[in-house]
Amino acid sequence: MIADRINAVTRRIPPWPLYLIAVLPPVWLLYQGLTGGLGVEPIRALEHELGQLALKLLIAGLCITPLRRFAGVNLMRYRRAVGLIAFFYVVLHLLVWLVLDVQIPSQIWADILKRPYITVGMGAFALLIPLAVTSNNMSIRKLGGRTWRKLHRLAYGAALLGGLHFVMLVKGFQIEPLIYMGVVLVLLVLRLPFQRAPFMRASG
Amino acid sequence: MAHRWTNTMTARDVTAERHWLNRRQIMAGLGGLAVAGLAGRAQAADGLTPNSWEEITNYNNYYEFGTGKEDPARYAGDLTIAPWSVQIDGMVDRPGAYGLDDILSKMTIEERIYRFRCVEAWSMVVPWSGFELADLLEMAGVQSGATHVAFETVLRPDEMPGVSRNVLEWPYVEGLRLDEAMHPLTIMATGIYGRDIPRQNGAPLRLVVPWKYGYKSIKSVVRVTLTDKEPPTSWNKANAREYGFYSNVNPAVDHPRWSQATEREIGGGLFAKRKPTLVFNGYDEVASLYEGMDLTVNH
Ligand code: HEM
Repeated sequence: MIADRINAVTRRIPPWPLYLIAVLPPVWLLYQGLTGGLGVEPIRALEHELGQLALKLLIAGLCITPLRRFAGVNLMRYRRAVGLIAFFYVVLHLLVWLVLDVQIPSQIWADILKRPYITVGMGAFALLIPLAVTSNNMSIRKLGGRTWRKLHRLAYGAALLGGLHFVMLVKGFQIEPLIYMGVVLVLLVLRLPFQRAPFMRASG
Repeated sequence: MAHRWTNTMTARDVTAERHWLNRRQIMAGLGGLAVAGLAGRAQAADGLTPNSWEEITNYNNYYEFGTGKEDPARYAGDLTIAPWSVQIDGMVDRPGAYGLDDILSKMTIEERIYRFRCVEAWSMVVPWSGFELADLLEMAGVQSGATHVAFETVLRPDEMPGVSRNVLEWPYVEGLRLDEAMHPLTIMATGIYGRDIPRQNGAPLRLVVPWKYGYKSIKSVVRVTLTDKEPPTSWNKANAREYGFYSNVNPAVDHPRWSQATEREIGGGLFAKRKPTLVFNGYDEVASLYEGMDLTVNH
């Protein structure tokens, strides 16, 4: 089975290199932004690239459990790294917005309150903070597995709000953000309780 | 009758410092001289230099070729722009299909360096060349009852990959009130930097209304219709709350999803500073067109 072969490989690859690799895209984007590689409006380009990376990784994180359940591919050991890196990209996305894009402190607050898509983005960011803070073994021990798992269901909300944020910010009727939103919704529906029993049996 | 409006931003006078000083001094009165001097310098430092050809032709909104800013530069190459004709119809004395060469033989081409402000809160300075729309309308003979002008962009699905997606209703349409259309600032552009206007910027013939958000300045025009009704406009049809018929640049009226108080000039790199957006994009001479109108309601 392909799944077994993947599992055999991943068993030998620890998650820590992911953190190192994760630093490369932002560094590369920054370098490109400084040298003209991001076009004539590099601030928007950087903001968009980081937003997309963050959303993709949030989605990747949501894929890990269904992959194990429905395909038997076990990537659980990378889940924490994927989540933390997604958070890292959201923070950078937010920083680009604060420092390079909006610039004017009085406008920052106004935008957060007045612009629904920014409010929603901030909501997603807020939901991710407790997840990032508790993504370590000590927190799992302290909170206990049950509480920790419950807390980490906030990731569903964050992905939903992240996808919604993208849907809300485009002009006109555009397909791309709707596709992202659709993928998030499918990944969340797969987690509904009524899905669990029959599939578990099938894959077990 | 061209040359009804004199350019204050010319290539030979790119900083236009004198002009700014004069205006500020008039506004501030004699007592404001010191302040005016400062304002003038700040404005000059802001730079009224036209953006580079590279910038102007690689950052475009032309959704018929895709929604990405570089899509038009990438995908507009297949658009056939010659031969080209413009259907002028509706309430005119001499309706018909006017060949572009025929039109150009009767028009006076001038250079107009205008600020260009996109509704997305970015801006450029573009050295257009073109002729006054008023001259084109006079050529066709506007009938007395006409109050508005409607415009239509070419629609060629085979040459425009973006129209397979219904981002907007195609063809793209725009409109002006007749007095706006006849204003000497309003031009039909045929060139940039004295070269033929590239396809991604609306070749071979596009409207430029510098005191309105960029989407009013409809590209690749194939039809001009004089009417006595306010014509439908594409963005207004897509979202009337966000895009009004007038769409005058106005820092006091925000787009529902973002502030219009400031803008970022293209070409400033990663650390470009935002600058305040000007009422009517700095073209105060059009204010009289809207006297007595509530520009928040009629946004
Ligand atoms: C989980 C959190 C977030 C995710 C997943 C996310 C994702 C995205 C995505 C996918 C885009 C569009 C990229 C594109 O068009 O290519 C975007 C754009 C943007 N995001 Fe976020 N974002 C998040 C949080 C935030 C926050 C907290 C802010 C600011 C407070 C923010 C501000 C923006 C802005 C200003 C844009 C560009 C809007 C425009 O072009 O008009 N985002 N984001």
